[in-house]
Amino acid sequence: MRRALVPGVVVAVVLVLVALPLFLTPYPISLVTRILAFGLLVVSVDLLTGVTGLPSLGQIAYFGVGAYTAGMVGVHVTDNLPVQLLAGVALAAVAALVTGAFVVRTSGIVFLMVTLAVGELTHRLADGLDAVGGSNGLAGIPPGTVLPGGEPLLIAGFVYWWVLAVFLLGMAVALVVSRSPLGRAMRGVREAEGRLPALGQRTYAIKLAAFVVAGAVAGAAGTAWTAQNRFVSPGDLAFSVSAIALLSVVLGGAGTLWGPLLGAAVVIVVRDELAAYVAGYGELLLGVLFVVAVYALPRGIAGSRLRRVPSVKPA
Amino acid sequence: MGWLDANLISVLNGFALAALLFLIAVGLSLVFGTMDVLNLAHGSLSLIGAYLGVALVGDGASIGAFVLAALLAAVVGALLGAALAAMTSAITDHLRQALLTLGVALIAADVLRELFGSDPERVSAPAALAGSVDVLGRPYPVYRLSVVAVAVVIGLALYYVLERTQAGAIVRATVADRGMVEAIGIRSQVVLLGVFGVGAALATLGGLLAGPVLGARPGLDSTVLLLALVVVVVGGLGSVRGALLGALLVGQVQTLGVSLLPGQASFLLFGAMALVLLLRPRGLLPSPYAHAGGHA
Amino acid sequence: MTALLEVQGLTLRYGAVTAVDDVTLTVAEGSRHALIGPNGAGKSSLFSVLGGATRATSGTVRFGGTDITSADEVARARAGLVRTYQHSSLFLRLSVLDNVKLAVERQSGRPLRPWPSPRADRRVAAAALERLEQVGLAERRREPVSSLSHGERRQLEVALVLACEPRLVLFDEPTAGMSAAETTRFLELVEGLPREITTVVVEHDLDVVFRLADRISVLAAGRLIADGTPEEVRSDAGVNAAYLGAADGREALFTDAPDPTTEGGRA
Repeated sequence: MRRALVPGVVVAVVLVLVALPLFLTPYPISLVTRILAFGLLVVSVDLLTGVTGLPSLGQIAYFGVGAYTAGMVGVHVTDNLPVQLLAGVALAAVAALVTGAFVVRTSGIVFLMVTLAVGELTHRLADGLDAVGGSNGLAGIPPGTVLPGGEPLLIAGFVYWWVLAVFLLGMAVALVVSRSPLGRAMRGVREAEGRLPALGQRTYAIKLAAFVVAGAVAGAAGTAWTAQNRFVSPGDLAFSVSAIALLSVVLGGAGTLWGPLLGAAVVIVVRDELAAYVAGYGELLLGVLFVVAVYALPRGIAGSRLRRVPSVKPA
Repeated sequence: MGWLDANLISVLNGFALAALLFLIAVGLSLVFGTMDVLNLAHGSLSLIGAYLGVALVGDGASIGAFVLAALLAAVVGALLGAALAAMTSAITDHLRQALLTLGVALIAADVLRELFGSDPERVSAPAALAGSVDVLGRPYPVYRLSVVAVAVVIGLALYYVLERTQAGAIVRATVADRGMVEAIGIRSQVVLLGVFGVGAALATLGGLLAGPVLGARPGLDSTVLLLALVVVVVGGLGSVRGALLGALLVGQVQTLGVSLLPGQASFLLFGAMALVLLLRPRGLLPSPYAHAGGHA
Repeated sequence: MTALLEVQGLTLRYGAVTAVDDVTLTVAEGSRHALIGPNGAGKSSLFSVLGGATRATSGTVRFGGTDITSADEVARARAGLVRTYQHSSLFLRLSVLDNVKLAVERQSGRPLRPWPSPRADRRVAAAALERLEQVGLAERRREPVSSLSHGERRQLEVALVLACEPRLVLFDEPTAGMSAAETTRFLELVEGLPREITTVVVEHDLDVVFRLADRISVLAAGRLIADGTPEEVRSDAGVNAAYLGAADGREALFTDAPDPTTEGGRA
């Protein structure tokens, strides 16, 4: 893709996304809604895994904080979606700051396992906490409104537009950060973490900042998830979701943001839709997809389009 | 004494679970330690072992038939392990290896579900070991004690092979510095094939032995994988002693923890893992040979 | 001249091994200091301690009059004590320009700003480009570092270090693995540095050492065995004995120098 074309393509894609409810029936719209919410979670994983070089299985924790916060605010405080979004993002960011303060002291496989532990702890916490519905999940979330006192969003198309707005906001944050000095420093951590201190850069601060941004984006994705489903359950936070989110990043091409998004779309379509044609074999299809992709797309979906960069193995 | 009396069964169950986890996790640990391959299909290997048990000796066989089934499971595991080694050896990137092995795990899960159905299957202990013996005045299943004995024997054998034989020396050297082993003319692919084969054989064997304790059901593969990952990460990647210590800890947390703090066991488990990793990022007993650099 | 770096009784032990043994030396402001000695003499260990990557077992390090013995790598880099790495460790998949920006941004004040700012970014890019011009890599600024040759990567290392606005640069075997042309290029680059930047070079190639240095410290088995001007070191009895020893076929001081015969001849 030529650089000059990128803004045009982005505008065209956004316009198509905005116009979708005018053409599609509610069912495919709800599928795209799900892809957008899951896709934003995957983008947050990519911010850590692809951009910063910290492979994470724990973004589901902050997604969960966002989803449950939005649900609790919806049940107990207000059906106003922007308020739910702000509360979810804020709490997810705080959770990421508090846990990240410990987690980002590690790297590589240890980081992967510590984030797995954080994800699983959140999963079990949701499962055991009766205040948020325990293992039954949090039900009874009223349909959301965008303006205070406005009409609740009951039609799939309106819910979709709200989720799309959250998605675009989250993507914008991810893109802005990745083009900022912080983004460059994050890539610096990925390429040669040990070199940065000698340049006077504290990698701890860089990694923690990246972790908080990624946590906030995951939190936004969680609120979008709740806005669509109006139900959150511990099952949404399972290890398998974390694994599939991480592998969507690998499938799409780590570090490019848009590649993992395509990866997420492919994963959701294969697991949830194609599976309908071969009843009960969604996981099998997904497995075949992963195995084939590893051999057929050595650089992921995005990598097969971009200029080849010599592969680099850290010393 | 009163405390031990009240919790004796839980403690013993912890040892039995630790024995099974050790058998399953040690292969995962060695494969990662030697070749940096994170094999997410490791839990599937155990579940295949468990289903082999269901198919061959599910209704309670003679001890001879059970041993034969165990040997067969080990052979099947070794072949599957060799196949996985061949598949992963062409891929260098760790995350892509993870993607590949998770793909295999997902396929295996659906194939097993197709073959054995979605309902949990039970496996009976071999007739000769089906009874109970008195342990400090409490009846306890003979089979579980036998599992501990088998794990001890296999663990000692593994320790002997790794520490005292030529082949073990090569494996240890590969853990320490793969490049150096390549440089002295040993194909690390062959080492990987061997380690993967043995590790997978232990995983299927462990899965089969676990049958009478844990049963066989869809989803057990990822449960076992998660527990095994915790075991090797807590213990230290690439280390047999680490896997043993990790298995002992996880076994007690999962059994004693459940009986002392019902509902909190998984908190304990993952909380303990997070704590260990933050305090000792390389695990409690890291391999003394492991290369110092971080794995990614 | 005033002392910029003062090392007092520095010792580094790994278990029973003493890598650096009670080294005391002073690097004067503006000097071109060289540190030589055979493999295993403790040069790299000493460098590692001076750079802050390794904590000394005992002894003190003062930099610009301040005790930095317990300061970490980051604090030392920020104070102006910056090192290069023996094995180039650069940000391989980032562009040449981005590599330098990472160092420039630290100086420009807000390295963690999570949004782009056209004005600040232009300023950083201009400063980074200036450093690249200084080392002759401006043309290649858009390429990933992975496409640079070994010698070019070393030049980029220098650009990175200069972007940290150092008072003292520790060069760890900068010409190792370079071609003759690359070495010449590199020497011109270091010779062209302003005198406000003090340099300490660890180097095996004695041609490089005697061309660059106005002061030489010789390490052997972790101890400082000679310290003085190039002439003094040349005529030093202990060092000389080692050279003669090499001619006699006994253990050479400069065992891993590229060409032992020219070395013996020069001594």
